[in-house]
Amino acid sequence: MTDIMTPTLGESVTEATVARWTKKAGDPVRKDEVLVELETDKVSLEVVAPEDGVLTDIAAAEGETVEPGALLGRVTAGADAKAAPAAPKPETAAAPPPTEEAKAAPARKAPSPPAQAKTPSAISEATPAPAEPARTAAQPILAPSAARIVEENALDAGAIAGTGKAGRITKGDALAALEARASAPQAEKAVQVAVAPREAGPREERVRMTRLRQTIARRLKEAQNAAAMLTTFNEVDMSAVMGLRNQYKDVFEQRHGVRLGFMSFFVKAAIAALKAVPDVNAEIDGTDIIYKNHYDIGVAVGTDRGLVVPVVRDADALDLAGIERTIAELGRKARDGTLSLDELQGGTFTISNGGVYGSLMSTPILNAPQSGILGMHKIQDRPMAVGGQVVIRPMMYLALSYDHRVVDGQGAVTFLVRIKEHIEEPSRLLLGL
Amino acid sequence: MAAYDVVIIGGGPGGYNAAIRAGQLGLKVACVETRATLGGTCLNVGCIPSKALLHASELYELAREDFAGFGIDATVKLNLPAMLKQKDDSVAALVKGVEFLFRKNKVDWIKGKGVLAGEGRVQVTDPGGKTTMLETKAVVIATGSEPAPLAGVEVDQIRIVDSTGALSLPEAPKSLIVVGAGIIGLELGSVWRRLGAAVTVVEFLPRITPGMDEEVAKTLQRSLSRQGLVFRLATRVTGAKAGDKGVQVTVEPVAGGDAETLSADYVLVAIGRRPYTEGLGLEAVGLTTDARGFIETEHGRTAAPGVWAIGDVTHGPMLAHKAEDEAVAVIERIAGKAGHVNYDVIPSVTYTFPEVATVGKTEEELKAAGVAYKVGKFPFTANSRAKVNHEAEGFVKVLADATTDRILGAHMIGPDVGEMVAEWCVAMEFQAASEDVARTSHPHPTRSEALRQAAMGVEGWTMQA
Repeated sequence: MTDIMTPTLGESVTEATVARWTKKAGDPVRKDEVLVELETDKVSLEVVAPEDGVLTDIAAAEGETVEPGALLGRVTAGADAKAAPAAPKPETAAAPPPTEEAKAAPARKAPSPPAQAKTPSAISEATPAPAEPARTAAQPILAPSAARIVEENALDAGAIAGTGKAGRITKGDALAALEARASAPQAEKAVQVAVAPREAGPREERVRMTRLRQTIARRLKEAQNAAAMLTTFNEVDMSAVMGLRNQYKDVFEQRHGVRLGFMSFFVKAAIAALKAVPDVNAEIDGTDIIYKNHYDIGVAVGTDRGLVVPVVRDADALDLAGIERTIAELGRKARDGTLSLDELQGGTFTISNGGVYGSLMSTPILNAPQSGILGMHKIQDRPMAVGGQVVIRPMMYLALSYDHRVVDGQGAVTFLVRIKEHIEEPSRLLLGL
Repeated sequence: MAAYDVVIIGGGPGGYNAAIRAGQLGLKVACVETRATLGGTCLNVGCIPSKALLHASELYELAREDFAGFGIDATVKLNLPAMLKQKDDSVAALVKGVEFLFRKNKVDWIKGKGVLAGEGRVQVTDPGGKTTMLETKAVVIATGSEPAPLAGVEVDQIRIVDSTGALSLPEAPKSLIVVGAGIIGLELGSVWRRLGAAVTVVEFLPRITPGMDEEVAKTLQRSLSRQGLVFRLATRVTGAKAGDKGVQVTVEPVAGGDAETLSADYVLVAIGRRPYTEGLGLEAVGLTTDARGFIETEHGRTAAPGVWAIGDVTHGPMLAHKAEDEAVAVIERIAGKAGHVNYDVIPSVTYTFPEVATVGKTEEELKAAGVAYKVGKFPFTANSRAKVNHEAEGFVKVLADATTDRILGAHMIGPDVGEMVAEWCVAMEFQAASEDVARTSHPHPTRSEALRQAAMGVEGWTMQA
């Protein structure tokens, strides 16, 4: 059992408010996973789990004030309280790939050497799942011989059409997929069993990538290779939204039964921006561009298995409470591993928040086949020039990665400016400006 | 008049299983059977009694010929009446079992001859002559088959018998001529050979067991010959005359040539079976049979609305389990569900020793269809358990698609292979590759390992030979 203490909060900062627990008592936690967000006047910061285990109790609830060194909660080390539901471990040869395939590095605390946490992108569109209602997401069943072929050749089982009983993948299906790949004219090959793996040095350790990881790696490259991906940046002053939140958060929660976070504002702002720049809400398909005309916003959620991006359907029709509620529900399902394939597919735009991991600025990777992804980051007090004065404002860098084949530079920049406007002046959301 | 959801005409493996399934699904069901007991040909005068005699005679031969090899010195004597009685007792017990299943599943067992009397109507005449009219939504014809007659050789069930008579001969013959080298002839011929008869099998075709994979058929023939069966292939029987003490049978080569007379104590006519629809009243619902007497069906439905047919009276292998599969599928369809029979994966077993068990396509069929295939084969001489049991004759052969490795057929001859063929059936139901079976654990030491080794053989990595 390890005590989680309030860290030192910075010079002359004597107290913090417990803003949000990302876990409930009894939830499994992983080392370095964010447990709780603390807010001070100057800065928001996250406190992470020191080890794998279970969050056994919460000593300081949301809204409470804590001092540096105060007990926040306790983590008991050990195996997860619940096994990964519906998603078998991808290690063994015969096991099918996990329920949700995500691309991302697992959560990392801010000061991690090679650059900040890769901003994760979305769930890959899984293969049409076999016609069995019981399966929640594509979870192909592989004959033993097929599993061997998939493993030996690092094929993506999720992309193989199964012609066996009830969609099972037979050896013939796997062989056909192997042959199709061999004859497909691709610039980059899928991760293959090394033609000539180099010798690991005496101090080096060679670890085989899990199939999930290999799939993630391949999909990242596919996304990168397909799109002409660029990233444009802006920054947004969060004080208006934070003020709004502080003013109304209790009433909001009482009235709507759900906490008011920042995400709902950003979803609304994003929708306003998407309406202003429809190209960002489009998809390139061969020689055509498909304009979606609906707003299904994917919201990235960190889970112990990695990042998943459930979709808030028709987010333009929801009010802030509705969005918060949906995000909370999807987030819960994501962490429980009960998201359905339906909830993961079909998003038109994605929002990803690297700020919870401590990222200040990053270049998110597109969630294919979407043409834009908004990266939110850590809110950090910075000195800003406002009206000729230097004032401290809680600032957040925004990043928009976009497919330049579909979205031009002006559109991309305008998109972020619109978001900035709607966040800095939330009344614009009300007035439809 | 009683109203039913389904009336089944015939209480054999097709009929009684249909009745049980109907009861399970909550349908109001009646099963009409002319025989005094349920179970049809299979239970009363077919599968069951023949297997009982095959087992008993096999044990007798084992004790007589092979016990010494195991270090058991024994003198054994045949008690034919007792052997026949235990066979009858088993049949009686099983027939009672079906009766119990009828009660359990609330099936009305109507004793008498069922005749179609128009749409939704079946008239039953009981043994006493009284008639009842059954009203029903659906009718399932499951009247089965009977031994096919042979012109010039009249079955009297005294000296010249069919399979029914061959199950209850009054004495162990000193000599027996079997007309027809199909499965039934070879099985019953084996029984009486073991019990002391000199058996000659006369067959019209130049091979035994038509349709069986040729390599397996040849192996079986060699084995049975070694056991003492004499085969006269490509030989036609032109006539038979029964006397007090025996039968004279005239034969001639099919290719032409001199006639010859063979004599034996008894003659078994086993040239095949034909569908039985006599007096069924098909014309009352506008149905006819085809040239060979079969009722045409499409997924079990006949051309007459509300009338279905299953089992030996329809096309396909004349096997009890095929009738049973069709029974389940048809009743499920009648009940509004989806029912399905996979005709590609119906196994066939020959209960001689060594046994033969096959499922799927033969090499000849694949060649004729131009399908490229690979073969995996494994002899029982290399199987530890078979060796230890002194029963190492035979082999397992599996045929797999040359490109996808999907199992297309499996053919086995050896000890108890009838009990092992279902493994191939399950694999084929799931479109498994031979490699899938090769990578499935089989316990050691068992004969079933031969299946795995044969599967390995398809891709050339058999390990035990």
